[in-house]
Amino acid sequence: MTNIRRWGPGLLLVSPSIVLVAVFVYGLIGWNVKVSLSDWRTAVPSSNWAGLGAYRDLKSDPAWCCGPATNVRHIIIFTVAFIIGTLLIGVTLAFLLEKGVRGEGFFRSVYLFPMAISFIAAGVVWRWLMNPAPGDRSTGLNVIFDKLGVGFLANQWYLGVNWGMAAMALPAIWALSGYIMALYLAGFRGVPEELREAARMDGASEYRVYRHVVFPHLRPVTLSALIILGHISLKVFDLIVAIGGKQLITQTPAVYMWILIYDARDYAKGAAIATLLLIAISILIIPYLIYTVRSERNA
Amino acid sequence: MRRTTILRLALLGAAALVLVLPAASFGGRSKQASPQAACQLQVFSWWTGGGEAAGLAKLIKIWNANNKSCQFKNETVAGGAGTNAKAVLAQRLAAHKPPDSFQGHAGAELRDYIKAGQLEPIDFIYKQYHFDKVMPKSLVSQIKYGGHLYSVPVNIHRANVLWYNPKVLKDAGITKAPTTWNEFIADLNKAKDAGVIPLAMGEQWTAEHLWETVMIGVLGPAGWNALWHKGANWNTAKVTTALNRFKTLLGYTNTDAANLTWQDAGKLVADGKAAFNVMGDWQDGYFSGTKAGGNLALKPNKDYGWTAVPGTAGVYDWLSDSFTLPKGAPHRSAAVKWLAFLGSKKAQDTFNPVKGSIPARQDANPKLYGTYLKWALKQWKSDKLAGSFFHGVVCPNAWKTKIDTALGLFLQNKDVSSLQSTLNSAAQAG
Repeated sequence: MTNIRRWGPGLLLVSPSIVLVAVFVYGLIGWNVKVSLSDWRTAVPSSNWAGLGAYRDLKSDPAWCCGPATNVRHIIIFTVAFIIGTLLIGVTLAFLLEKGVRGEGFFRSVYLFPMAISFIAAGVVWRWLMNPAPGDRSTGLNVIFDKLGVGFLANQWYLGVNWGMAAMALPAIWALSGYIMALYLAGFRGVPEELREAARMDGASEYRVYRHVVFPHLRPVTLSALIILGHISLKVFDLIVAIGGKQLITQTPAVYMWILIYDARDYAKGAAIATLLLIAISILIIPYLIYTVRSERNA
Repeated sequence: MRRTTILRLALLGAAALVLVLPAASFGGRSKQASPQAACQLQVFSWWTGGGEAAGLAKLIKIWNANNKSCQFKNETVAGGAGTNAKAVLAQRLAAHKPPDSFQGHAGAELRDYIKAGQLEPIDFIYKQYHFDKVMPKSLVSQIKYGGHLYSVPVNIHRANVLWYNPKVLKDAGITKAPTTWNEFIADLNKAKDAGVIPLAMGEQWTAEHLWETVMIGVLGPAGWNALWHKGANWNTAKVTTALNRFKTLLGYTNTDAANLTWQDAGKLVADGKAAFNVMGDWQDGYFSGTKAGGNLALKPNKDYGWTAVPGTAGVYDWLSDSFTLPKGAPHRSAAVKWLAFLGSKKAQDTFNPVKGSIPARQDANPKLYGTYLKWALKQWKSDKLAGSFFHGVVCPNAWKTKIDTALGLFLQNKDVSSLQSTLNSAAQAG
């Protein structure tokens, strides 16, 4: 009986958010899964059980997977290019700043600013920068390449059949590398100076100090960065719409979900995509949560 | 014991409060919108810019002058071809809060709303005001669903127009605009040799637009209209021919098509960088409209010319913006009056010259219309009608999405037989 006095008030305090999360997050996830398993395939609402019908339909959908110009291939290419590009640039920038430059604060802000710009606005600018038009109609990067005498670098950008989505990742890399830089910079600063000194005392070269002392300490940062970038990437919608519009050549699962629900009014199939996206993101996030809980318990 | 009960009650109370609060606020909102307020005609459309918004403003002025007791409430949502508006509308209809009347492309695109029981049939308005006498018979029959009419078409656009730059044609040695397929290919080759883009094209939907005009050119209006029934046979030699022609045309288009809007593609023709472009007749508004309105202020028949897409002379590939009567419209009698007004000669002759389209009625006053529209008015009286695929006349939305995908893939792989089999299986699903 005295127990409740211990946990009661606390529970009372958090119960509103528990209820809200239960209803508006988990309740709606459940509802979405239910819709994906129903036969609600037209504008007329229906909640009859249809099993995995919508998922099977998706599997045989030529837009979905896995040949050229399909949603799944697009999102995989986009994600890989985006994560690798952002991590590399983020680490490099953080490393340079960490080595000590004048006006670090200034550079830090400059690199972070792109994150403050919405994907829609960035997309409009990058659409112009990545203009694939030939000859005198070209603008942006292709013109710059031409002026610099490296005209052979000029390319079709996001219209490229196989690697177009890697070009589509450029604006996202531009927008988020500053953020990843900030994460790594904090990580670098978190490595105690004594450790580096100890390594140097033992005769380690600067390369080995980083290789064996600093970078191993950054593993949690890399993991967080991967999770953050991974889930942004899988959900990408606004950037695609701003640059490519509703075209198959740049279509990703999130865009197709929108088309299926609002244009085709195929709610079950749209909900099936939403469910698959959630599962894909969970595969990324759940190991991270387990890892975090474990390391917190150990600490 | 008592203390725990109190705590438990408090917990439950808090939880209940959390659950009830949002509901209470929703309730409050719906009360405010109760129909006891002064009558307001809520009209939902995606006419937010250019000639469409200006035309709507003129209609609103007339409406408000004649309906002092029920003023117009303009509920527009921005976004080309209504893509955003349709999403907003779907949410409103699902929440049982329909406007008094909403815009939709006349024809099969409205079928989703009809099947969901969200629209009232309005045959009685047609009967009372004799719209079926002044609009083409085939138009009225093509927008019927299950024997009933559900919308009043305000305007008619033509999709199968071939736009060209007369100066570019002359320089390339083309003496007159092509009318047959063979002439068209010969002219495209001449343009290519002259070093301009033979056929300007924009992003995916403009390719689909081109596709439908090529299909109609081969199949004719009857053959085309016959394709749009569940179970229709698309595995015919004629469809194969049409798809091959479409493939041939794609070979004459600009490589950066997917990066261009329809205006960008049209401007290539206007700027003399391309010879031809297939686009709906909203292009005329873009070409001839004022610079202040973001248009090009060109002279018709001098700076730009037009003709039917080769093979489609005598066919009007039409599309239409229309307005509906949603079930449960808050001010139904005003909405009925609005629809009757939209079908009137006065409203159609007020709206269309500004919007850059022609009236669905055949008794328009040609003096009010510009050079291109005068031509279109004449065609509208004599041409056979074929409903537009991309612009929602012949094809319900789910079917259209499948074709969007198939054509999107075709733009990448140019595989005619796989496209044809996908199109055929889409038709079997209906």
